[in-house]
Formats: sequence, C-alpha cells, structure tokens
Amino acid sequence: MITFLLQGLRISGPYVLAALAGVFSETGGVVNIALEGILLNGALAAVLAAYWTGSPWLGVLAGVLAGVAAAGIHAFAALRYKVDQVISGLAVNFLVAGLSRFLLKLVFNSTSNSARVEGLAPWAGVDPFLVLTVLIVIASHWTIKRTVFGLRLRAVGEHPRAAETLGIKVLRMRLWGVLISGALAGLGGAWLSLDQHQFTDAMSGGRGYIALAAVIIGKWTPLGAAAAALFFGFAEASQIILQTYGLRVPTQFVQMIPYALTLAAVAGLIGRSRPPAADGIPYSDEQD
Amino acid sequence: MMKALAREGRWIAISLGITFAVLVLSILALRQNPLTVFGLLAERLLLKPYGLGQMLYKATTLIFTGLGCALAFRCGLFNIGAEGQLYAGAFLMAVVAPHLPLPMILLIPACLAIAALGGGLWGLVPGWLKAKRGAHEVITTMMMNFIALALTNYLISAHFHEPETIHTAELPVAAYLPQLPMESSAVNASLFVAIALAFAVHYFLWSTPLGFELRAVGSNPTAAKTSGVPVDMRIFLILVLSGCLSGLAGINFILGYKHYFEQGFASGAGFMGIAVALVAKNYPIGVIFSALLFAFLSQAGLTVQSVIPRELFEILQGLVILVVVICQNKYGGAE
Amino acid sequence: MSGLAVELRGIVKRYPRVVANDGVDLSVESGTIHALIGENGAGKSTLMKILYGMVRPDEGTLSINGKPADFSGPRDAIIAGIGMVHQHFMLVKPLSVAENVVLGSEPGASAVGTWDQDGAKAEVARLSKEYGVKVESSAVVETLSVGEEQRVEILKVLYRGAKILILDEPTAVLTPHECDELFKTLKGLRAAGSTILFISHKLKEVMSLCDAATVMRRGKTVGTKKISETSQNELAQMMIGDLEIKEKAAVPYRGEASEVLRLENVSVRGPRDELALKGVSLSLKAGEVLGVAGVEGNGQRELAEVVCGLSAAAEGRVTRGGRVGYVPEDRHHAGLMLAAAAWENMLLGRHWEPVFSTPFRLQRGAIAGYGRKIIADYDLRPPELEQEAGAFSGGNQQKIIVGREVSKDPKILVAAHPTRGVDWGASALIHQKILETKAAGAGVLLISADLDEVLSLSDRIIVLFSGRVMGEVARADAKIEKLGCWMAGVSGT
Repeated sequence: MITFLLQGLRISGPYVLAALAGVFSETGGVVNIALEGILLNGALAAVLAAYWTGSPWLGVLAGVLAGVAAAGIHAFAALRYKVDQVISGLAVNFLVAGLSRFLLKLVFNSTSNSARVEGLAPWAGVDPFLVLTVLIVIASHWTIKRTVFGLRLRAVGEHPRAAETLGIKVLRMRLWGVLISGALAGLGGAWLSLDQHQFTDAMSGGRGYIALAAVIIGKWTPLGAAAAALFFGFAEASQIILQTYGLRVPTQFVQMIPYALTLAAVAGLIGRSRPPAADGIPYSDEQD
Repeated sequence: MMKALAREGRWIAISLGITFAVLVLSILALRQNPLTVFGLLAERLLLKPYGLGQMLYKATTLIFTGLGCALAFRCGLFNIGAEGQLYAGAFLMAVVAPHLPLPMILLIPACLAIAALGGGLWGLVPGWLKAKRGAHEVITTMMMNFIALALTNYLISAHFHEPETIHTAELPVAAYLPQLPMESSAVNASLFVAIALAFAVHYFLWSTPLGFELRAVGSNPTAAKTSGVPVDMRIFLILVLSGCLSGLAGINFILGYKHYFEQGFASGAGFMGIAVALVAKNYPIGVIFSALLFAFLSQAGLTVQSVIPRELFEILQGLVILVVVICQNKYGGAE
Repeated sequence: MSGLAVELRGIVKRYPRVVANDGVDLSVESGTIHALIGENGAGKSTLMKILYGMVRPDEGTLSINGKPADFSGPRDAIIAGIGMVHQHFMLVKPLSVAENVVLGSEPGASAVGTWDQDGAKAEVARLSKEYGVKVESSAVVETLSVGEEQRVEILKVLYRGAKILILDEPTAVLTPHECDELFKTLKGLRAAGSTILFISHKLKEVMSLCDAATVMRRGKTVGTKKISETSQNELAQMMIGDLEIKEKAAVPYRGEASEVLRLENVSVRGPRDELALKGVSLSLKAGEVLGVAGVEGNGQRELAEVVCGLSAAAEGRVTRGGRVGYVPEDRHHAGLMLAAAAWENMLLGRHWEPVFSTPFRLQRGAIAGYGRKIIADYDLRPPELEQEAGAFSGGNQQKIIVGREVSKDPKILVAAHPTRGVDWGASALIHQKILETKAAGAGVLLISADLDEVLSLSDRIIVLFSGRVMGEVARADAKIEKLGCWMAGVSGT
C-alpha cells in the first residue's frame, strides 16, 4: 500500500508541476501547449548540469532555468510578435525535441539516453522533489488567491482591456505568467530525469499535454489542476501495480482516461469548465 | 498563383535567409565546412534518385496532413487533430481492406474511401462538439489525437497484430500502389494522389460555391450567417472534410510502402502537418512546397550525418516554424 | 462663477475623414448633473474621450476646477479627479466586487505580495454606504445584474477619488427600475458634492435628472440650457435642428399596391432574454418606403433581424411576400468579410444562384460581369474587384453591401442605418438606390436614427420606443416636434 502511494506520488509529481505551470500561464491568458517542450528541456538541462558538475541540485536549478528559457521563446513569439499561441507553443515543442536529440548526440554520443547521473539524496527518507512540490502547490494557490500579483494575473487573463484602463501592464503580467510556468514545468522536467538518473529521448512522453488536460479538468485553479494531475498519476500507478499482481488492465485505456475526461469536460458533461475569457487571445497595448 | 508568390515573396525570402544563416553558423560552430555539407546535400540528396525519392516519400505524407490542416485553418477552424485523424483513417483501412475481395481497380479506390472515412469520423466528434456544444476545437482535436494513438495501439496489440510483430496483417497485393523507380526509395504513387488532391482542394475552395461558402464561414461567420449560410452545419462539414484529408495520409505508408499498419508509423506527421499548413499560409498548392521543405530538412539530416549530427536539422524544423510565423506576422502584409 | 468643474473651450478634433469636434465649448458647474445630448455621431463620445485623456484635441483648452489641464492619458485624468463609467463595462467577471473596485490600486500591499482583502471589502462597503451605491462587496461580479454591475463601475471611479464622473449612456442597458435606482444614486452623489456628466439621448431622463443640458449636433455645440428654463420639446428641436423636409421620393407611393410584409403582434427577445420588441404590428406595401425612426437600442435591431428571418419571433407572426435584402447596421461585423476580395463580398449569399454557379463551379465570368456592373452603378472606388473589402473606405464598403443586397431584386429591402459613417457622396448615391428599389416595386423598411434621412426618403414613418411603435404618420403629415416627442417616449399629439 505504501509502495503504491509512493509510486503514485512519484509518477504524479511532474504532472502536478506541469499542471500548475499551465495554470499560471493560462490564468494570465496565454495558452501553453509548449509545456511538453518545457518539461523536456528541463529534463535535459537537469541531467546535463548534474553530469557536468556532479551536483544534482545544480541540475535542478538548470532544469528550472531551461524551462524559463523555453517558455521565454514561447512568450517572445506569442507576446512580442502576437503569433498564435498554439502555433508558437507547438514550434517550441518541435524546437526542443530537436535540440534535446542534438545535445544527446553531441554530449553523450547516443540517440536514446544520457549517461547516468546522481539523483537527489532523500531528506529524512522523503524525496526532496515531493517536499518541494507540496510547498509549491500551496504557494501557487496562495499566490493566485491572495497576492496582488495573482489578482492582476487573473484580471489580465479575463479582461485585459479592463486591467489596462486601471493602469496594469497587460503584456508584462502575461510575460511573468509564462515565465513562472516555464520555471515550474522546468522543475517538473528535472524531477522526471533526475528520478530516472538519466535523460532519455522524448522522455516527456506527452506529459505536457496531459497536464493541459489536468488544467481543464481542474477548472484553471491550482488546487483543482493539482488534484486532477494526482488522479492521472495514480491511475497510471494503479495500472502498473495491478499488472504486477497479474491483473491486466490495458495500458492504453488508462492512458486514455485524461483525454476522455477532458472531452467530457469541454462538452459540458461533467460540470462547466470555462477557461479565462481572454485565454489564447493576443493583446495589443495600443489604443484602438 | 504567380501573383500570390510575388505578394508573399518578402517574408519567404527573409525567413529562408534567416534559417540558412543559422544553418551556416551552426555548421561553422561544429567546426565543419558549410560547403562540404552543401556539397553532400546536393550530391546525395538532390541529385541521387534514392535521396530524392526518400524526400518525396516524406513529403507525400506531409502533403496529406498539411492539406487537412490548411483546409480547416482556411475556414477558420484550428484543427490540430491531423495526427489522430491520420491514425484513425490508416487503421480502419488496414483492418478492413484485407477482407475486401475486390480487384485492384476497385480495391484501391475503396481503400482511399475507407481511409478518408476513418479520418472523417475522427473529425466528426470535434465537429459535433463545436457545432452543438461550443467546445473549442483546439482542445477537442488535441484530445482526439491521443485517444486515437492509445486506441489503435490497444486494438493492434490486443486483436489485430500478426504473431511476433506489432503490425497488422499485410494487405492483398491488389491494394499495392506502385513504387516509383527511384532506386530503392519508398516513394510511390501516393505522391501523385497527394499532388492531385492539393489541386482538387484548391479548386474546391476557390472555384466551387460550397468551397466559397466554407471560406466565408472562416472569414466572417457573422456575415456568412447574415447572408443565410447555415454556419453550424458548415463548421461540422469543415472538420469532417479536414479529417478526411488527413485520414488519407496513411496510404503512403500502407498502400505504397510497407502494406500494413504499424504502431507509431507516422511519428508526428500529423503534428508536422500543422507546421506545413502554416508555412504555406494555408494555400493548398503552397502546401506542396512547404511539405517539400520539411521533407528536405528531415532527409537532409540523414544525408549528412557522417559529417554533422542529423539532429541539427530537427532543430532547424522547429526554428523554421517560429521564424516563418514571426516573419509572416511582421512582413506578411494583409491577411 | 460658483466654480466650474469642467471648462472646455474651442475643442477641435479632426479625423482623416471627418471632423468629430469642430470648436466645441462646454462649461459644467461644480456639484451639478449636466447632460450632454445629441444624435449618434454628433461628437459626444469624442468630446468625452478628450476630457478623459484618451484622445488629444487638435485645438482648444481644458480646465478642471479652474486649473488648465493637459492630459496625456487616462492616468492624468484620474489624478485630476475625473472618472469614467464606460458604456461597455470594464469588469472582470469571476472576481468579486471588492476585487474589481481595488484592482490596480490594491490597499495594504505587503512585502510578500499580499494585499488587505478585508480592508478592501470594508472600504468598498464604506463607499457604498457613504454614497448610497448599493452592492454587496463580496459578491462575484458575474452573479450581478446589469444595474449592479454599473454600480460597481461607479464604485471603481469613487474609490480612485473622482469628483467628476462621466457616464456614457448609462441607461442604455438598464431596465426602467434599474434606471430609477441609478438616478437615486446619481442624485446622492450630487448631494455629496460630485459633478456628473451624463451622456444620453433620452430627453425624458435628462429632464427628470439633470440641472443643465448641452446639446451637440454635427460636431458643434448648439447651446446649453438650464433644465428649469427649458422643455423637452425645445431640446428635441435643438437636437434635430432645422430640417427642411426634402422631397426625394422619385415615384410617389400610390397606396394601392399589394402587401409584401406583414407583422402581427410580433415580440422578439433581445440579447439579455428580455423582450426587446413588444407586440409590433406593421404592414409594408410594394413600392413603399416605411421609415422606422427612433433612438437606437429601442428594438430596431430585433425588428430588422426578425424581418430577415435571422431571429425567431417569441410571439406573433411574420409574413413575407418574397426575398429579403438586408443592409445590416454593423457592416464590419455582420456585412462584410474584410479580408476577402470585393467580388467575394458581392457574391456572398448569392453564390448558389444559377447565374453565378453550377453546383461544382463558380461562373467567374458571370461574377466578374456582375461585379463590374456594381462598380459602374455605384461608382465604386477604386474600381478593383480583387481588392480586399477592408482596404476600401467606409462609404465604398457600404456601396458593396448595398449593391449586393439591391441587386438581389428583393421584394423587401431592410436597410438599417444605411448611411451611418458614410461620406456625403456615397450617402446620396445610396439614397438614390433605395428609391430606385422602391420604384422597381419592392417594399423598403428604412431603419435610421437620422431623422433627416427618414423624412426625406419615407412615404410613411413609424417611431419605435422601448420596443413598441409609439406612433405612425404619413410623411406629408409629419411634424418634427411630434416625431421628437415620440422618439423621447412621449405619446400624444
């Protein structure tokens, strides 16, 4: 039972972080399909830094920074040049996929995986990532609900023109939303790779998209998205556990759960799930 | 066509220029001579039938999915579900075709129809959700992608795979599309189907009243509605037609190359179709050229990997998308 | 002077195609409710944007409370104590009332980034009580009624310390009961020392609420009157101006032709599910222009859409005698595909007609011929069928729409504000085409807020007010005063 719980939390962790990342970006009104690429970039950078410095904690830091960098590209195209946010997100995913393979080849001379690196040493038997993530979930909720930043972020995602008439810099707020998103998903990527002690090609494996599904199911709130991500993670864990006991639930059905639930949610079958009103709509500061 | 090219020339030139510059700088950074690399590309890719054939083979799949995306984008719907529609069409065709006792002249058209039907069915769900429940197509088509991948994987591994393999039974020889004589490359008659389809979509959108109507829905749905167009029905139709086009993409691999459905055979061609359509600014004829560009980048990596890592060209594919959409927004003029 | 809160002198604002303000003067006494009235397009909005710092005037001076002011943005205006309640509310729906009010100026910000949520609620409650603006400070905005939302907007302005409030057509979206509530609020604010600029074209409200009124027409101020020294009729006269009723009808209506459109007790629901058109009956004959006058937002849009079959009648029956042509009031939103070529816009809605297509082929030759005919008949400039609609001037865009709808040979032509924002030459041409359509035997329903237009083209005129027909009169018997009264919601003769 304990193993199941720990297994579930381990699997859920990157989902939870990526889902929170999605919440920050979309609360500010920027659709973030780039989560997949950000996770991957974070995972790669974490392993590279850990490999070169020998310190997994520097790996974590590098993962966060790499996530911010990938998110920065997304923000640059989507906010500065008003490129459609779905397109610029997809472009980042393609870019990072290529980049990660390139570096895998260049540094480790492999097409599939990196060398093994040191993982984080547990804190009193607990995975530090787990502690960090729990803290981040609480902090995210608090930030969105209680702080000036959270209030303004919600405002620019919902009605940017209204926010602007009150003197709030819309694009700057949105940029912060995307960059925070990058930091969180980058951390999620670092967890993913340091947990496995190596980077493998395409190791984000669609988690970024599942995180987006969690954002939708969780109705764009930090706690809701984190809960949905936990649910998806535990569904995956339970399937693995069941398999070890000889009960075969087809993996593919478990994989489908998040997507099918999301379809049901946007179709209005399981309660109303409504995105921030200005989510995905580019905003120009100029007066019209 | 020529007029369109003249109008679009500016951003095309600028974005290709930037991409080329990045390529040259990267090659220099890898301490290689760009001329060596370009020489290799010319010799082994563009001038050698095998290299050229492989590039055309890759372009073929991308033309189908690119057309599927371009049709939807042109009509104002951001269908990013080409990947799932591709798998749905290909899978349906691969499992139904072996049971059709038809001669070649009927079997191949039947296969095409089934593939289109499968893709269309996969587009039907988002179409219905959009028209009736107002669900945004970006979310629904994306979810349908992953459902298609998981579902076909399951069906193959549980029911339809040949023993000891991860693919379906082979199709009857009567369903084979002929290979083109370009050494041992995979390019086959699907290429002609794809090109013909590009012209057909172009004709449909710009020369038929229904195509005009669908573009009107994309241009201004309110004005279309005011002029008596049944907009909800048309949205539904657009997503289904778009699905049909992407559904056909599987024929390149299945009818023209390996003759069976294999897990993950298209590896992202549906997602790449989005990029192909965008770079082509959603012009069906432009899709042909845009697909060639991406196929070139993909094949170029393989061609020169003895000198530089082929993954460099994968980065370039992502970079091209970003550079092009930014240049289109910045230099593309109206539209 | 007991203190002028606002003084504008000689304000001029030119736009590329139109002079929006042409030497406007406005003096508003401190602590009064001052109305700014005029038809749409009279220049009220531009003037208020100038006062709120959103637009810079080309000429003229502003002074606020006796001090000269030069605003480079709304920020400056807010600092000077001016607040604007926009016609379209600027509210963040999922946030609470208190959050909306303090957004951007949150109280008690701490080092860790939090703010004083309870303090904000208390402050909003205090303002709400002090000024008598009743709204629950912790309620979520999306659960509020329109009237309550407006009160949140007023609180936003008060929270930022505004003593001069601009309300842009605040009653346009309110029910009568909500209007009464608003007026109580505004009177309370006046009692507390605020100055209020009240933009409206509903004269009855102005009479009951305001202390003074300034009338604008065609970018100029016509005059300012103390409410105690004027009458509703006088204000209506000032708004409308000295129109001479021009005879434009080329073919007089004979009054014996067949009926092409009949509405019996038709009611239609508006955007907020209220009845926007209430039990309207009318009959339109072939060869007749029926003018529908009235201040906008009194059911005109719903009338047009129900006649065209774009919305369903909640009650009653619509009988049409043939094809309907429709020139919608908002050409960018409902009329044109701006990114599509002129010929495509001319074809829209007619693309299935056998003249222009077979099921599998558009007849490009026939379409081009048709397009060239519209170009010639309407003097479309530039005469380019391939040019995108968005690249034409407003007048030429409207010619494309009118050309398309008139060339359908409709039995009924619904023209909603067909010459709004259109230059003089295009207007004259569009008027001529409407009369030609009538002469060709169609019935024309001409909906317009421009009384001049209605009077010069119509054979018969009805006035809509609050979704009902206030009165009907033959053009020959039409008196401006009477129409003005009807438009203001005053019945009688």
